[in-house]
Amino acid sequence: MQLIELRDIYKTYHVDELPVPVLRGVSLAVAEGELVALMGASGSGKSTLMNILGCLDRPTSGEYWLDGHEASRMSTDERAFLRNHKIGFVFQNFNLLPRTTALENVVMPLSYTTEKISDSQARQRAVESLTLMGLADRLDYEPAKLSGGQQQRVAIARALISKPSILLADEPTGNLDSKTSEEVLQLFGRLNTEEGITIILVTHDPGIAKHAKRIIHISDGIIDGQGAADNSSPGTAESRRNVYRPRRFDSGGAQ
Amino acid sequence: MKISRTFRTALRALRRNPMRATLTTLGIVIGVAAVIAMMEIGSGSSAMVQNSIAGMGANSILVLPGAAASGGINFGAGSVMTLTPGDCDAIIRDCPAVRSVAPVVRTRGQVVYGSRNWIPSSMYGTTPAFLDVRDWTTMAEGEVFTDQDVRNSNKVCVIGQTLSRELFEGQSPVGKEVRVMNVSLKVVGVLSPKGANMMGMDQDDIILAPWTTIKYRISGQSTANTSQSSSTSSSSSSINTLSQLYPTSQLNLYPVPSATQAADTPQPVRFANVDQIMVAARATADIPVAIKQMTAVLRERHRIHNGETEDFNIRDMTEMLKTLTATTGLMTNLLLCVALISLVVGGVGIMNIMLVSVTERTREIGLRMAVGARARDILRQFIIEAIILCLMGGAFGILLGHGGSYLVKFFLHWPVKTSPAAIISAVLVSAGVGMIFGYYPAWKASRLDPIEALRYE
Repeated sequence: MQLIELRDIYKTYHVDELPVPVLRGVSLAVAEGELVALMGASGSGKSTLMNILGCLDRPTSGEYWLDGHEASRMSTDERAFLRNHKIGFVFQNFNLLPRTTALENVVMPLSYTTEKISDSQARQRAVESLTLMGLADRLDYEPAKLSGGQQQRVAIARALISKPSILLADEPTGNLDSKTSEEVLQLFGRLNTEEGITIILVTHDPGIAKHAKRIIHISDGIIDGQGAADNSSPGTAESRRNVYRPRRFDSGGAQ
Repeated sequence: MKISRTFRTALRALRRNPMRATLTTLGIVIGVAAVIAMMEIGSGSSAMVQNSIAGMGANSILVLPGAAASGGINFGAGSVMTLTPGDCDAIIRDCPAVRSVAPVVRTRGQVVYGSRNWIPSSMYGTTPAFLDVRDWTTMAEGEVFTDQDVRNSNKVCVIGQTLSRELFEGQSPVGKEVRVMNVSLKVVGVLSPKGANMMGMDQDDIILAPWTTIKYRISGQSTANTSQSSSTSSSSSSINTLSQLYPTSQLNLYPVPSATQAADTPQPVRFANVDQIMVAARATADIPVAIKQMTAVLRERHRIHNGETEDFNIRDMTEMLKTLTATTGLMTNLLLCVALISLVVGGVGIMNIMLVSVTERTREIGLRMAVGARARDILRQFIIEAIILCLMGGAFGILLGHGGSYLVKFFLHWPVKTSPAAIISAVLVSAGVGMIFGYYPAWKASRLDPIEALRYE
């Protein structure tokens, strides 16, 4: 069994009583240890797919198997449990708690865990996680005092603290300059190869997507094509086609 | 999620915005402070009112003679003289709850000194214990007459401030002789001022003399004539035909009742009877016990069998005490209501700020949900934040209220009494306010959709 398996996922939003189909039968599988890029223009449905993958949202129909659990029919609390234990999130805008030290930010997810873990153990794990990100000397820094790249690394440390099977990164470099973007992406690559963490990168940027071992293109709510990333040239003809493809419908709630 | 962690999370969230937290709690601080100050000042005044009533003789119990009935006609309370100085002795001897006891013989008449005269509102014949019963032991000048004076019915008296002013105009009355209904009494002492009583009657307008003097020398010209011994006894003369049996002027305290006498009245009329007996209980709480003991003693002494009506009435001032305490209690409750309203207002303030806080922290809530917080974790976190705010407000309020009432005590000299009940209830109420008014914002936070919340700007 694959780590992630989507079977014929449909998601339809209702805007003013009008059904707006966002995902129209998406099926895909991600094996453990993969580094996958999910690519698509805005409005293509990649954010919705990402929310479903992250157990934040439920598909209208279809099955979502995550590590042997059927997540699409789970209750809210069960999905919260899955998010806590199996999934780590990295966001475009970092989403760190303001006026809270890096260490506290990283420890935060552990306060919702069902694991029996003492406070000192939790802190120990947070320190390890931050050290892995190269932030051992920034434990007591508040986000405002950290650079963008450092903030994103704190966010990644936070995502890794509960030892998830999957790391979901939604435009993780969107707010970073190209140099720090490169660093963060290399970090992802290292986490993937050295720690064996499955990573799903959601992006619209083919330059980012090329760091992945496999690229899944999505447009208009269906999988448009997938294939191994061509690491030699930034942005294949296919990916470029997907990026600049005009939108079929307005973003209305689907993004 | 462990409750201690929730607590720390909530504290950390509050610490991120200390100014807002402080301002939010201000409403609760003021509310609780008001409650505490009101309760302390209220219970202080209540205690003072009780004390001053005790000073007016709230601990005192009045024993009045009972009603006489003849031929089916009841003459009302005090119509038969049944109380004697012997009853006084028995009460003080046999009732442990009684502090002191004094017989009282009342009359009314003109007091003359030189060219001045005055009719005091109270002219009492009693024993020195009277002043102890009335909590009036300090003398402005001179001394009280003694038990010896009472035994010998010496012609001495003690006068109140008003009488002293009216008759002596600033001179010292001690050693002077005043005439009371043509009997010369030597003034041995002047009472300290006591002022008006609750009904506005001047308590200093008084003359006290040994009861034997009043009874045998002043009120009744003929000492054995009990029918004229006091104004209240006039009605008893109609059934007391014994005055004709003893027309002599000899002092005979306990005459042997004749057969006619025994047949005419169920109780032998004692010639040494008194108009009333004033009793002071050891404490306000002892009043019911004292009444019980006195009833038993008097029933036995007056040979009243089970089922027979008593020939005396015992009255206490508890009712007065209760009324006044109730009044103070009413005031305290009224102020408490006002204070509670301010607590509710404070609670609304908390709710307001919590709602703002929830909106402002939408992204944080979304993030917490994304990393695995369940709706109930969020609910709990925000409720605990509200409770912490309210409890901190409560703690500061208690300090402030306590300090405030202390200042009132210090500067205004109002009586203040620390009330643990007020403190406990203030803590409970503030926690309750936090829970009630924090619930809605917390519920709103817990119902957020994590996807929407994460995208919130």
